[in-house]
Amino acid sequence: MNKETIIKISDLAKIDIKDDQIDDILTSLEKILNLVDEMNSVNTDNVTPMSHPLNLKQELRKDIVGASDERELFQKNNIHTDNGYYIVPKIID
Amino acid sequence: MWESVIGLEIHVQLNTKSKIFSPASTNFGAPQNTQACAIDLGMPGVLPVLNEEAVIMAIKFGIAVGSEILDNSIFARKNYFYPDLPKGYQISQYEIPIVSGGAMEIIINGKSKIIHLTRAHLEEDAGKSIHDLYPNESAIDLNRAGTPLIEIVSEPEMENAEEAVQYLKNIHSLVRYLGISDGNMQEGSFRCDANISLKKKGSTTLGTRAEIKNINSFKYVESAINHEIERQAAILDRGDSVVQETRLYDPSKDETRSMRSKVEANDYRYFPDPDLLPVSISQELIEEIKSNMPELPSAKKTRFINQYGLSEYDTIILVSDRELSEYFENILKDSDLNPKMTANWIITEVLALAKKTYLSVKDYPVSSEDLKYLLSNVTNETISSKQAKDVFERMWDNKENPRDIIENEGMKQISDVDELNKIVDNIIKNNYKSVEEYQSGKDKLLGFFVGQVMKETQGQGNPKIINQLLKEKLKK
Amino acid sequence: MHNKTVSELKKYLEEKKISSVELTKHFVDRIKAIDPHLNSFISLTEEYAITQAKKIDLEISKGKIRPLAGIPLAQKDIFCTKGLKTTCGSKMLENFISPYNATVVEKLNDAGMVIIGKTNMDEFAMGSSNETSYFGDVKNPWDIEYVPGGSSGGSAASVAARLIPCSTGTDTGGSIRQPASLTGVCGIKPTYGRVSRYGMIAFASSLDQAGIFTRTAEDCAILLTHISGYDPKDSTSSRKDVPDYEKECKQKFTSMTIGIPIEFLDGLDNTVKEVFEESIKVLEKNGCKFKKISLKSSKLGVSAYQVVAPAECSSNLSRFDGVRFGHRADNTKNIDDLYKKSRSEGFGQEVKRRILIGTYALSAGYYDAYYLKAQKIRKVISNEFAEAFKEVDLILGPTAPDCAFKIGEKSNDPIAMYLSDVFTVSTNLAGLPAMSLPMGFKNHLPLGLQIIGNHFDEAKILSLAHHYQKITDWHTKKPKLSGD
Repeated sequence: MNKETIIKISDLAKIDIKDDQIDDILTSLEKILNLVDEMNSVNTDNVTPMSHPLNLKQELRKDIVGASDERELFQKNNIHTDNGYYIVPKIID
Repeated sequence: MWESVIGLEIHVQLNTKSKIFSPASTNFGAPQNTQACAIDLGMPGVLPVLNEEAVIMAIKFGIAVGSEILDNSIFARKNYFYPDLPKGYQISQYEIPIVSGGAMEIIINGKSKIIHLTRAHLEEDAGKSIHDLYPNESAIDLNRAGTPLIEIVSEPEMENAEEAVQYLKNIHSLVRYLGISDGNMQEGSFRCDANISLKKKGSTTLGTRAEIKNINSFKYVESAINHEIERQAAILDRGDSVVQETRLYDPSKDETRSMRSKVEANDYRYFPDPDLLPVSISQELIEEIKSNMPELPSAKKTRFINQYGLSEYDTIILVSDRELSEYFENILKDSDLNPKMTANWIITEVLALAKKTYLSVKDYPVSSEDLKYLLSNVTNETISSKQAKDVFERMWDNKENPRDIIENEGMKQISDVDELNKIVDNIIKNNYKSVEEYQSGKDKLLGFFVGQVMKETQGQGNPKIINQLLKEKLKK
Repeated sequence: MHNKTVSELKKYLEEKKISSVELTKHFVDRIKAIDPHLNSFISLTEEYAITQAKKIDLEISKGKIRPLAGIPLAQKDIFCTKGLKTTCGSKMLENFISPYNATVVEKLNDAGMVIIGKTNMDEFAMGSSNETSYFGDVKNPWDIEYVPGGSSGGSAASVAARLIPCSTGTDTGGSIRQPASLTGVCGIKPTYGRVSRYGMIAFASSLDQAGIFTRTAEDCAILLTHISGYDPKDSTSSRKDVPDYEKECKQKFTSMTIGIPIEFLDGLDNTVKEVFEESIKVLEKNGCKFKKISLKSSKLGVSAYQVVAPAECSSNLSRFDGVRFGHRADNTKNIDDLYKKSRSEGFGQEVKRRILIGTYALSAGYYDAYYLKAQKIRKVISNEFAEAFKEVDLILGPTAPDCAFKIGEKSNDPIAMYLSDVFTVSTNLAGLPAMSLPMGFKNHLPLGLQIIGNHFDEAKILSLAHHYQKITDWHTKKPKLSGD
């Protein structure tokens, strides 16, 4: 891991990092990665990764409409709405 | 010098009632953000629950194209930030899709070609960003967010725009046959991305590809591909190399351009969505869906040829659209109409007007019942086909009832031989010069005589009888 | 009244010895008097609580008695409460009013409980000391210079200080058990999938599980019965039947074989070890058989956890983008600026650190080495537990490697902080149920005993805990509080 990595991942994660913070962050992330690297002490070549604690299957929902219009309630948490739209700075593709 | 290699990724909105992971309605055209529930908005703490119908629809598609339906397909998160993607990730299938493999036949100039499918997977649609509503801001409408999609990925096996369009049309027709999508391209229910690359003629190594995003009409697909091929060929001809990138087709300028926002290498950080579990699909469910499959285009084509004795050409046209084929069969139901004549009528008269008025079958102003009535009147020679065409146009344009038109205007074909005999005799008597010419070998003049008789009968004379009478009487 | 347990208060209310409104006011007044010293609540919901209590009293007077009618409750501020502020301990959600109720909230409301407030917590549940909260540190009621543990520090401290008889918590790597241990209360983290996660703001979805803080095992059992069960809104919740945990735990105690993982004692603090061994002795005298077992990969739990949890959180927290809710930065130039400024201003340092680590662990080229590897380690750990449970009914150990530490002591050392979860994380990775209950003190600070069970063996855990509390009195010890 290096400064460029920090810049790249902070951009992916949309977290602003000031130049004078990069070194500190790099140090602390490296420490964490050292801790994480202890995983390599165990050979896991023939182990299937586990994404869920329980061996369950997906339950399916019936195709029924069960939500009403709650736009007003949802938009109470946001002053940046207009005429029911969420408003953001102009996006240029 | 260059050969093009084209693969398509088709996004098909499934016509479920509710969204893929939430109970919000999928209806098109509701006021902005009124059909985005807490789950669609990615409110803190909400969780997705998979819609059973979306799974069934994906399986239907898989069965129809002969794919393998995978048990334990996995939903993953595709992570990226965009304002119309509320959670900051799209739930999609990545490593294990629900549908794997499959094939679609395309026929071009009578030649058949198989296009193989890589996969088809379930995913959620994003919302919409509207950029032209405010001068300095973009507006976000999340009604579409969470609408179920299947993304159908083909192998790069198409060689030109014509093949790509044919493949696209066949998939479009198929999803409508299956009843899993309305396929409405204007509303975005059916759209595609095209991957295009060029390689040296005869070479097996693929060139660098460009992806053209979100093309939403057959016509645009054709021009976008052709333009992209030209663009890449020009680059390669210069000795430069094509850049792997995402491009946008601009129909107003008829060109593709690079999408700046997508240029930066995206790292989507896919990982299995911990909120969703592997989707288990039993063999029983697959069998049940199989036993309820509608008749598919290829089977219908074979049946039409055998059952109605239609030509392959006519059949392909009729069968390409599920509703058109049903319109055709509804006309034939409980009637003695000749299938060939009916097919001809649809292909020449009906489709011509439909094209002129931009109407799809469900919006035809003439019902299959009314057309059946009209054609029966032609068959039993009550009216001539010339008259029928006039009536049909009025039915189409003014939604007039064919019974009223025929009765009110006393439209009747004159088939009375005695009456026609008199008229024919008169015509022959008054045109002795033409009779002489005809008898001296100028066969073409028969048309002139028929025309004269028709004129006399104000178009109502039965052309078959008139022809017969004239030929007899003009013999020496 | 505030020294009464849930089960005692239940009787008082049912027998109309006290009304729900009186009880609500009593606790509200107590919180107002004492909490300024502890900071265990982010918000008090007094008005809402009184309205609820009045409704409950009316019902009781008409003879309609809900199972937990009128019992005051504090909700961890990670649970969405409709119409009430739900901050998750973050500036990001400082002003967020939830438009809906979490399933846990809905269930406890239906049971007749009265929400008195929302408790303080580490920001987005990321922390083991409650120092990452945007709303300030929570103090340990046993000594306000010490941390209460985290992330559910407010829920634990408020129960320890008798500001509330019970509270909810969430546990992703030890966030219920570690603060329960550090504040001397009972805290149970059920099996993953036992309790719905709907409406619980996600940290690491495959590890998060809601649970309960009380002062007795019996009370834990009472509340757990009410929050458990399948929820059609949570695909990962289990359809397994929910037993009456209270009834189960109070049944005559039958002998059990209990495993002691040798790895848990290796290098353990002397006092913690002595106190733990003392509790083993007590149980041994009272019908338990002990057996040494080995969970040799469990020490890698923290490493695997530090990949899985940040990876999932990096994705779960992407929805906080300033567009639809939550903190939004002013004067942003473009959409990228809006994202970056809003998130950088809205999230604290620890949250950002975990998002960055998680983003890295999932990024192209590192996924296999980190995320996939961690999910494999997870499987190894899970298998070891499964093997152990073939031989033993339950596993016992200390909840945390030590008692509470001083505020500020570890806040600049993330690794030291992460290691305070060393005994708790592996159960989250394996999805197992576990509980912490008081087992003694180191100096004046409480220590917790952790009981780990096999999947869905909550009743067994509660039964042992209840049995232990019948033969010991650690759970009755009270901290001395200023303002009390």
